[in-house]
This record gives sequence, C-alpha cells and structure tokens, in this order.
Amino acid sequence: MTQLPTFTKKKLGLVIDLDTCVGCHACVISCKEWNTTSYGAPLSDVDAYGADPDGSFLNRVHTFEAKQEGCSAQTVHFPKSCLHCEDAPCVTVCPTGASYKREEDGIVLVNEDHCIGCGLCAWACPYGAREMDKVEGVMKKCTLCVDRIYNENIPEEDRVPSCVKTCPAGARHFGDFADPTSNVSILSAARGGMDLMPAIGTKPVNKYLPPRPKADITPELDVLGPLMAQDETAGGFIGWLDRTLERL
Amino acid sequence: MHPAPSVIIFTSLSGLGFGLIFWMGFGLPAVNGMIVVAVFATLGLGLATIGLLASTFHLGNPQRAWRAFSQWKTSWLSREGILAVLTLITFFIYACLWAFLDIRIAALGWLSSALAAGTIFTTSMIYAQMKTVPRWNVSSTLLLFLIYSAAGGALLAAQMQAAGALLAILAVVQVLAWKQGDYAFAKAGHTIETATGLSALGKVRLLEKPHSGTNYLMKEMIHIVGRKHSAKLRVISIALMAIIPATLILALDAGHIIAALAIVLHVAGLFAARWLFFAEAEHVVGLYYDQR
Ligand code: SF4
Ligand code: SF4
Repeated sequence: MTQLPTFTKKKLGLVIDLDTCVGCHACVISCKEWNTTSYGAPLSDVDAYGADPDGSFLNRVHTFEAKQEGCSAQTVHFPKSCLHCEDAPCVTVCPTGASYKREEDGIVLVNEDHCIGCGLCAWACPYGAREMDKVEGVMKKCTLCVDRIYNENIPEEDRVPSCVKTCPAGARHFGDFADPTSNVSILSAARGGMDLMPAIGTKPVNKYLPPRPKADITPELDVLGPLMAQDETAGGFIGWLDRTLERL
Repeated sequence: MHPAPSVIIFTSLSGLGFGLIFWMGFGLPAVNGMIVVAVFATLGLGLATIGLLASTFHLGNPQRAWRAFSQWKTSWLSREGILAVLTLITFFIYACLWAFLDIRIAALGWLSSALAAGTIFTTSMIYAQMKTVPRWNVSSTLLLFLIYSAAGGALLAAQMQAAGALLAILAVVQVLAWKQGDYAFAKAGHTIETATGLSALGKVRLLEKPHSGTNYLMKEMIHIVGRKHSAKLRVISIALMAIIPATLILALDAGHIIAALAIVLHVAGLFAARWLFFAEAEHVVGLYYDQR
C-alpha cells in the first residue's frame, strides 16, 4: 500500500559518520554480497569484465572535496544508500503498491513480485537510492538488511545491516531513532546529525554526522600556524641548507 | 532526464489522441455518416491506445501492468492509467453509437471529454509532482500539457479557427514554461552543498565518482550531451509546433492542404518540444555526481 503510515512504532535507520569514513568501499561490497544472495532478486552485473561494466548496487560511496577560500582542501568520503525517509516520495508515486513503508519499524521496501519496473520511484527519490535491476526488471533498494536484523538463525551480534557489521572504521551505526536513548539518537544529537537536502521535504531517518573541524582547515583553529611560521626562519641544518641554496 | 525516443513519440501521440477525443466529445467535427465519424474516432482511439500500449513496453515486468490500477489513492501514474482506460471505454461506446446508429448521446460525449481532460491532467501531474526535477515541478507543466492536447486535438478535429487560436496560446505558454523552467533549479535552491550537507566546509566538488563506469541513475537522470543545441531546438520546435501552423491557419483560407500541412508541422514540432522537455530537465541526483 503506497499510503505512508502516519506513525511508525520504530524508526530504524543508520548514522553515517563522515568524519570517520575512510572511503574503503567495504560496505559497498558487503552490501552487494549479502543482498545478492538473500532478499529478492540478485543484484545483477552486466558486462562485468568487459569494456562497459554496469550493475545494481544499494550503497555507493562518493568522494567529495570541500574547500574554503584560503584554506587547504578537505576530502570527505560519502556513503549513500536509502535514508528510509518518513515522507518517502518514492512510496507514494508507486502505481502498483510494490513500494511501501512498514508501520512497525519504518523500513521502506519493494515487494518485487508486484513491481512492474516502471522506474517512477527512482525518479522521485532525490538521493539516487533506487536502482532498476537490468536483468530482473524490478526496482532494488536498501532493505536495511531486514533479513539480518530480525534473523534468529544468526548470532545476535550479526543482527545489524551488513554494511554496519563490515565497516572497518566504525563509521556506520544502526539503531532506532524513535527511541531518544538509543545509540543512534544519542550519537546524532551529540555530533549534529544532519539531513541531506532537507528543503525537499523527505524527512530522512538516516542521519549524517558532519566531519569534525580540522585544525589546518578551520581558520579559527590555527593550531599548527605558529609552528609553520617558525619554519620560514628555521635554524640548524635546515636553516643552513635553506640559506645556502638561497645564495646559489 | 534521459530523452528516450520511443517515450517521446508515444507520449506525444497519446496526448494528441486524448485531445481529439476531447473535441469529439462535444460533437466536433460536426460530421455525420458512418465512415467519417468512424475515421475520426479510430484516429483518436488509435493514437491514445498506441501511447498506452507503448508505455507498457518500457516496463521491466509488463505482465503485471494490471497492478498499476491499484494505487489511485496516492499515485498519479495509477490515476492516469485508470482514467485513460475509462476514457477509452466511454468514448468507444459513444463513438460506436454515433457512427453506426447515428445516435449522438451528448451526455456520454461530455463524459468522454471530461475523462480525456482528466487523463491529460494526471499525465501532467506525474511530471509536475516531481520535486526532484525542479524544471517539471512548476505550475506551467500542467498548463502546457493541457494546451498541447487541446491545440493538437483541435487540429486533428479540423476545428481550424479554434486550432489557430489555441496554437497561438500554446506559443505563449511554451515560452513562459521555458522561462519558468530555466530558473526553477536555482529557485528550488538545491546545490551540491545542500545535497551533501557540507556547506560549512566551503565549496564542494566531486573528487571521485563512486564507480568507474556508469549506472542506472546516471543513464536515466543525467543527460548533458543533448542540451548543447537546446537553444536552437527551442526555436525550431516552437516555430514548427505553433507559430507556423497558427500563421498558416489564421492568415490563409484553411483548406484540406493547409490543414494537413499544419498537422504535419505541429507533430514534428511537438516531438522536438517533448524531447526538450526531457533533455533539459535536471534531476537533483546529478548533484551527487557534480553533473546536471
Ligand atoms: S532515500 Fe530515496 S528510496 Fe529511500 S525512502 Fe527516501 S526517497 Fe525513498
Ligand atoms: S519501479 Fe516498481 S516499485 Fe518503483 S514505482 Fe514502479 S512499480 Fe513501484
């Protein structure tokens, strides 16, 4: 049913720490591995070893550079997957009812047996979180590993999304945002968890933690400045070398 | 957005078909005789149906297309499907009675017209609702689709005076729509900084794509190549679609040859305009790829 629930008992989602992510893409691979073998159709690859490879992924890591006038640039690795929006436009546009948001935990899913592969939901998502599978002709998206988090056949510590379990840097956290005392709520509150493109009104559940201020990039935090300044009139061997080279 | 030729051709044609149905619902052209009515009605039904059928070819799983009638409560695509089928059925009955029994039930005709107008409206809403595509997410999208169909339908229904006037209006609406669309993205205020939330860190640019090749998102939503010539195409499309046919009709005595020429020009211009409608539309997901 494509009517959004007015209230979900839980709001399961992720906190993604842009300060900690090292851009290793391990989450991309583990996501592909888990989701190609479980929920729904496998995530196909087309021409995987050829000249024009293309395939479906539910999670992708972009790398951005941010630069302020007069400061050095900063690299930010940016994992992106479905944000399980509270006001999910991808759900309401779906003509078949294949897309839905669960009342019990807020997870946004596609029932692949009902999906006709019209692609309208992918148009409606601002974040590029839905990809049509070339081979199966159905829409694929992050399931928040719904087949892991409630799975009693796997050890309890594994009952988190595959990307969270895999991340070697601990940049991804899973929990319930409806509970103000949960790990994700506390982390998000402490570190200024933010929404992507808030003006578009999707009310994402997933939160992104902005990179912490860095000393050499944030002008007010000029910790290294004095040390760098000394360097210019360095003494000792470097100073001698500098002066000698200058004279040549 | 990716301008797939088949989508452009078939959405344009089905718009014309529903436009013709709209006029025929009012008993126009005011013809009698089985053959004439049947020819006009078949044209309307045929064009509208081609569009509908063709849209199912683009589905990943067309065998389940019937499910698309189920979500009318929230989905404009679902509403479009339902209204389109209702229009076709109503009009089919109305046209059969008119052609074969020479009974034209006015109320049934008005109902077909209203349903046809409703179908066109729902089509326009599929695009106009997309907040992710600011160029579409404007009021002129609604007006534009209605005028396309009304003007094209009038041409096909041989309502030359009305067609001339509507084509002139279409030219104005089209220019306004392009103008409104040109500012829409900036007005919506989405930038790579709001997309990434990194504005506090300064100017943001993409350093590395998430993948070396392409993907569904880039193929479907990011279309930069074709836009190079959009200024020229705008002139060509509006001249062919509206200005030249309107001038021909209003300035010359509208005989069969002029009418046929006007239709051919209009349809060619309409294809170009529909191509631009997709090719010029920028999806916000392009911000994550630093490409729009
Ligand atoms: S991120 Fe995209 S796919 Fe996921 S719920 Fe939000 S709009 Fe839908
Ligand atoms: S692609 Fe599938 S899930 Fe998406 S809108 Fe179409 S039918 Fe619904």
